[in-house]
Amino acid sequence: MTYRWHMTAAMATVLLLFAPQPQVARAADANPPPERFALLADSDSRIDQLVGAELKARGIPPSERCTDEVFARRVFLDAAGTLPTPADVRKFLADTSPGKRSRLIDDLLARREFADYLALRWEDLLRLKSEFPSNLWPNAVQAYDRWIRTCIRANMPCDQFARELLTASGSNFRNPPANFYRAFQERTPRQIADNAALVFMGVRLGDAGLTEEQILGFSAFFAKIGYKNTDEWKEEIVFFNPDGQLADPKGGDPVRPTPLGGRPLRLAPGADPRAAFADWLTSPKNPWFARNAVNRVWFWLLGRGIVHEPDNLAPSNKPWSPKLLAYLEKELVDHKYDIRHIYRIILNSNTYQLSSTPDAWNSADMEGFSRYRIRRLDAEPLLDAVNQVLGTGERYTSNIPEPFTFLPGDLRAICLADGSVESSFLELFGRPPRNSSFESERSAASSVFQAQHMLNSSHIQKKIEQSPVLRQLTSVRPVPPRPAKEPPAAKQQGKGKNGVTVREAKIVPGGIRKPMVVEPDRQKLLVEELYLRILSRFPAADEKKTALAYLKAPGRQPAAAVFDLTWALLNTKEFILKH
Amino acid sequence: MSRNRTSGENGISRRDFLRYGMYGAAGLAMADWLTLRACAGETSPPAPTRGRKAKAVIQIWLGGGPSHLDTFDPKPDAGRDYCGPYNKALATNVAGIQLCQMLPLLAKMADKYALLRGMTHGNGSHETATYMVQTGQKAGGNLVYPGIGAVTSYFKGYNGGYKGMLPPYITVTSPQGRFSESGFLGSKYKPFSTGGDPSRDPFAVEGVVAENITEARQRERRGLLEGLDSFAKERGADPAVQAVEASQRKAYDVILGDAGKAFVLSEEKPEVRDRYGRSRFGQSCLLARRLVQRGVPFITINHGGWDTHKQHFQSMGQKLPDLDKGVSALLQDLAACGLLDSTIVWVSGEFGRTPKVLWEAPWNGGRGHYGKAFSALVAGGGFRGGTVVGKTDEHGETVVERPIYPCDLIGSMYELLGIDGNAKLPTPQGAQMAVSPFADNAIPAKETGGLLREIM
Repeated sequence: MTYRWHMTAAMATVLLLFAPQPQVARAADANPPPERFALLADSDSRIDQLVGAELKARGIPPSERCTDEVFARRVFLDAAGTLPTPADVRKFLADTSPGKRSRLIDDLLARREFADYLALRWEDLLRLKSEFPSNLWPNAVQAYDRWIRTCIRANMPCDQFARELLTASGSNFRNPPANFYRAFQERTPRQIADNAALVFMGVRLGDAGLTEEQILGFSAFFAKIGYKNTDEWKEEIVFFNPDGQLADPKGGDPVRPTPLGGRPLRLAPGADPRAAFADWLTSPKNPWFARNAVNRVWFWLLGRGIVHEPDNLAPSNKPWSPKLLAYLEKELVDHKYDIRHIYRIILNSNTYQLSSTPDAWNSADMEGFSRYRIRRLDAEPLLDAVNQVLGTGERYTSNIPEPFTFLPGDLRAICLADGSVESSFLELFGRPPRNSSFESERSAASSVFQAQHMLNSSHIQKKIEQSPVLRQLTSVRPVPPRPAKEPPAAKQQGKGKNGVTVREAKIVPGGIRKPMVVEPDRQKLLVEELYLRILSRFPAADEKKTALAYLKAPGRQPAAAVFDLTWALLNTKEFILKH
Repeated sequence: MSRNRTSGENGISRRDFLRYGMYGAAGLAMADWLTLRACAGETSPPAPTRGRKAKAVIQIWLGGGPSHLDTFDPKPDAGRDYCGPYNKALATNVAGIQLCQMLPLLAKMADKYALLRGMTHGNGSHETATYMVQTGQKAGGNLVYPGIGAVTSYFKGYNGGYKGMLPPYITVTSPQGRFSESGFLGSKYKPFSTGGDPSRDPFAVEGVVAENITEARQRERRGLLEGLDSFAKERGADPAVQAVEASQRKAYDVILGDAGKAFVLSEEKPEVRDRYGRSRFGQSCLLARRLVQRGVPFITINHGGWDTHKQHFQSMGQKLPDLDKGVSALLQDLAACGLLDSTIVWVSGEFGRTPKVLWEAPWNGGRGHYGKAFSALVAGGGFRGGTVVGKTDEHGETVVERPIYPCDLIGSMYELLGIDGNAKLPTPQGAQMAVSPFADNAIPAKETGGLLREIM
């Protein structure tokens, strides 16, 4: 109890220093009232009950449930890596019937963007990259990407997905999952075993308290893999090589494949040990496979694993709540390894839907799930969001290796297959280099370079100045949407029906058509539309006032004022961060 | 005492640093220098130690792999099948050293640089060779090591006392792409890429110098952003919000401060700019000099286009004069302002090109990849000029004397930079890896020719 008092006092001090809000002041004088735990304790969701019990035991109450507008933006970004359009937001906010959050979740899980975003995660783990160090080669990357995306769109159960990857043989171009065994600098049994354990089990072989003998026996599952070239340029066949073996450094017979925590297997001659590995891995009794899968999903959605780091399920690395982890694991197995089911129950929980606003008792909770973790948008969703807001595209290319890759201008960053595709923006914002399969390769850290880029780069400024959406919002005569090249978001604006009435766009010297807001009484609608597009909510009264004052300031060129307003909203923390 | 110790390491304030940087370190009189040091709370400079001469590296990366025969290892007597049209090598100002006839300006200053003609690693793939040459490591294993630029940034950047406003590791103008420069050190140690084209005025540097935004407008819209950032005000205590806020504040120090002046090449006299060549590459070299003057420890000029499988000699006809101008002007300027002693200039690609010209279709006079023998040029920072290390056979196909492996060159540069080869680099998973490929005797004797002692 004393301990809790100390925490409370310290937290209150911190809060008073940084955010002197009225409701904070009461914090110092009491423990959290019992009713503060009701949101989770009284919930129908088993996740909420388990999280609530854990929080109660720790004396940390959950924050409130988030508002509808916060929820809409958050769930789009987390589940689909995509910013909601103004139409999405309007529709959701206008819906007053119960269960609307659940329906939105179902809608999102069925969308292509959901599958694309999940495919991106898997392509990070499987290190899809034409060049160093995976060296898969462009044709193979494209084939592999298509296969992964197709599996995920079709909701292939994740045990089957793992099995197909682990047991694949054949041409890298014609049987794409065979590329699993090609993406290594050195194709040794140990390297492959390291990666299989990390990706499918969340186990770091060298760092999990295992003996050399255990690691060796585990590596022996991958000792019978052969590779050969064909007459086709860069085609490669992965095959089962019955003569392959892993020598025992102590001499004696070749090492026999040995599951972690099990005994050496006696396989029939001619049996592919990879099949035995897949059987063992995806058995409902396997203690790692389902746990790793659900823990990763939890990490992706909530920004921190139940076991953290999410890919370090070592016995010494204790879960925040073992019961919660066990429950999710069982759900995955009971639902035939349907990963969407795990997404669905997490997204529907009050735990996921908690506000990011701390209170006096939970503001110091950095490890738990008492409030939604504020964090930066990942590189790809952030760039996609900027382009969606402005109706602009991106020209992704890869000059290496040949044949050069040129991608269509409306391709979204979450759909990029190849880690070799160049993009200064994505690199700057922490896209993983796909050197390894560690989750930590993706960085959500903020940097000065990122801020400089958002604040002051020609990349962003040109997008704003050339935005067909801004032109549309501010011109009376709708500019016909440019077919094919513009992303869908731009097309939706093609009707000019957003309530903004403007005179014909003006041709400025140099021939560039610039947006021109001319009717002051319509500026309010423009501000509203920009808020919906960028921050997925309506502006508050004081925000509207500030924005309008800027637009109306005498001597300010109207076009520049609209650009600046857009620029400012794109640089708010509210846009850059998920909350 | 060398005059180059004006870098931020000595605790000189940013303002002083920039001011003196403007004139180049050479502009500092000794008296000023002593005063500055006194102000910085130091009584005497550290005694110069062997292998600690270099403060900075300018890496001129000829991506794609330039032909060694057509640059630093000419074979004028090998016949047309090897040297193509370049059959008259140039004598240089150092007796016994010859250069390809396409590099007349560099030929006048062979005393300033060393030619490494024994470079070898045997790998013919761009991506793997690029990794090997810039990390000194062999490909393989589960780890991707950081390149020398990221390692230098790790030890001599903000952790190592660097206090400049400019990033400690800058790539002019685009990132390398072929491998991730920072390897397991992660995105924090990646280089800042300028973007833009330094041969254009103004040179728009992504995020630093915007082309059409006046300072007044910068301030106005910053005010607007502050006025609208209501979420940041509500959640100011959150670490993620604070991180973005702090980044934006520092970004504005750069945007509105003096740091961007480094990129204003129009401050240079037109004659100077002409001497470097008004091309993208030439002006990149000029920019590199200005960045070194401001204390930036590692600069890469990413100068690609050397992968000339076809139309090789047509390309060389354009690229070699450009290279000649830029590199010679850079060496001359660095020497003139006293910075060459403390700045390593390193010119190299990932490999050489097949010595035998492929006259047949479909190449029609091209050269393929060649990792068995190639050349590099190094100058300054403690490397002795007027020297040649290593030798290839009469056709440039095999190293016959003094092989130099990537680890030898990278290890030598670490020593000159004063970066301890046994120092550790952390992986995200908590392992500690030695900087030098030589640490722990990891390199077998047949894969090293040893550090470049003969020119250090």
